[in-house]
Amino acid sequence: MAKTQPQETPRPLTVLNWLSVALMLGATWMVFFYAPLEAVMGQVQRVFYFHVSAGWLGMLAFFVAVVASILYLIKREMRWDTLGLAAVEIGLVYAFVNIVSGSIWARPAWNTWWTWDPRLVTATIMELVYIAYLMLRQGIEEPERRARFGAIYAILGFVTVPLTYFSIRIWRTIHPVVIGSGDPSAQGSFAMTSTILQTLMFSVLTFTVLGVTLLWHRYRVGVLQEHVDQLRTDAMNR
Amino acid sequence: MSGLRGQNVGNKSSRYLGVVCQIVRKDLATEWRSRQLLSAMLVFALLVILIFNFALELNARARIEVTAGVLWTTFVFAGTLGLNRSFAIEKEREALDGLLLAPVERGAIYFGKLLSNLVFMLIVEAATLPIYGLLYNVNVANVGVLFVILIGSVGYVAIGTLLTSMTVQARTRDLLLPVLLFPLIIPLLVAALRASSSFLEGLEMQYIWPSLNLIMAYDIIMLALGYMFFDYVIEE
Repeated sequence: MAKTQPQETPRPLTVLNWLSVALMLGATWMVFFYAPLEAVMGQVQRVFYFHVSAGWLGMLAFFVAVVASILYLIKREMRWDTLGLAAVEIGLVYAFVNIVSGSIWARPAWNTWWTWDPRLVTATIMELVYIAYLMLRQGIEEPERRARFGAIYAILGFVTVPLTYFSIRIWRTIHPVVIGSGDPSAQGSFAMTSTILQTLMFSVLTFTVLGVTLLWHRYRVGVLQEHVDQLRTDAMNR
Repeated sequence: MSGLRGQNVGNKSSRYLGVVCQIVRKDLATEWRSRQLLSAMLVFALLVILIFNFALELNARARIEVTAGVLWTTFVFAGTLGLNRSFAIEKEREALDGLLLAPVERGAIYFGKLLSNLVFMLIVEAATLPIYGLLYNVNVANVGVLFVILIGSVGYVAIGTLLTSMTVQARTRDLLLPVLLFPLIIPLLVAALRASSSFLEGLEMQYIWPSLNLIMAYDIIMLALGYMFFDYVIEE
């Protein structure tokens, strides 16, 4: 029934593949050669560009997962579940990159790998919520029920994450707020010059394109998986 | 006409309440005959408190500082026992199917289950508190602390009842509940811990209100989401 076979890579996706590679090379070049050396922190500040971009992509992916989950509960079409799962997996990877790169930066800037700051704890809890999401899915064999429960849990998780942030916010935060109003007590804050801002914006754009590309690939794998499962069921019934 | 309609609405809501009460009564009566769950939860809670005593090696000053932490950890762990059991007993001999076949609103089943879980939680908490106060020599008979425990438990069972109605239908049911529940109750737990220890330290209300408001907001959100999603969980 479908116009193209699921195995064939659609043309726009091929374009996105090469665009992602080109942007990634460009962003890496900008981070190391275009952006200036930060006066206080030195080379380690360069982690900042991909740290923020990975965090952005992680949040974006979890947001896509919630939208897909809501759409699944309304429309009950498997493709929304496939999209939701794809987005959660990408979100998990990039939220993890965000935490690890932050930790690498924190060692010289705060003199510790880890501190119980609201942003750090919230990022970790978010990671745990979506790992739990994957475990819930593993525990249920029936595809329709798995999709339904997964969607509910993804929405519950997304609602509690901001609450977690607010609840821990009562403690003082030391995480620098570079964008928007800066807290003078934050350690490792710095003023953004225009080249720093340009590099950051370019990195965020790069990671967004990369995210879309990965999501599309992962979605296609999910669709193929369903296709194979269908073929297997048909073969067994024959 | 309007009087008639008013009466109709009144009948409907009293019927709804009736269903909720019936479910609570059924759960309490079943538990009263065996007393398995409550005794297990209680003994478990006491053991947790005992282990904390050895793990923390407390002196008099440290005791007051850790009281809120020890109590809430105990309640959360003991609570998962009750939650796991709540729908597991319905799964035995297909009692849940019978409950779902009954011509009642699904939301009433959720609230009934929630209330019976809350009653079990509160009984365990009421029994644990004086024993804790006795063993650790800390005065926990504080109205503020009791209020925090009450509203904290409401939020805990609101999300717990919804999640356990899902995990009971999964292959790895008992294993799954804590993994799903704990990351979602962190905001509730953090706020409840802060509010309880602030009350114990005798801080002024202006420092405690933010935490109390957060707990109440959490309760309302979770009750609404639980009521909304319960239909989706048990729809087959």
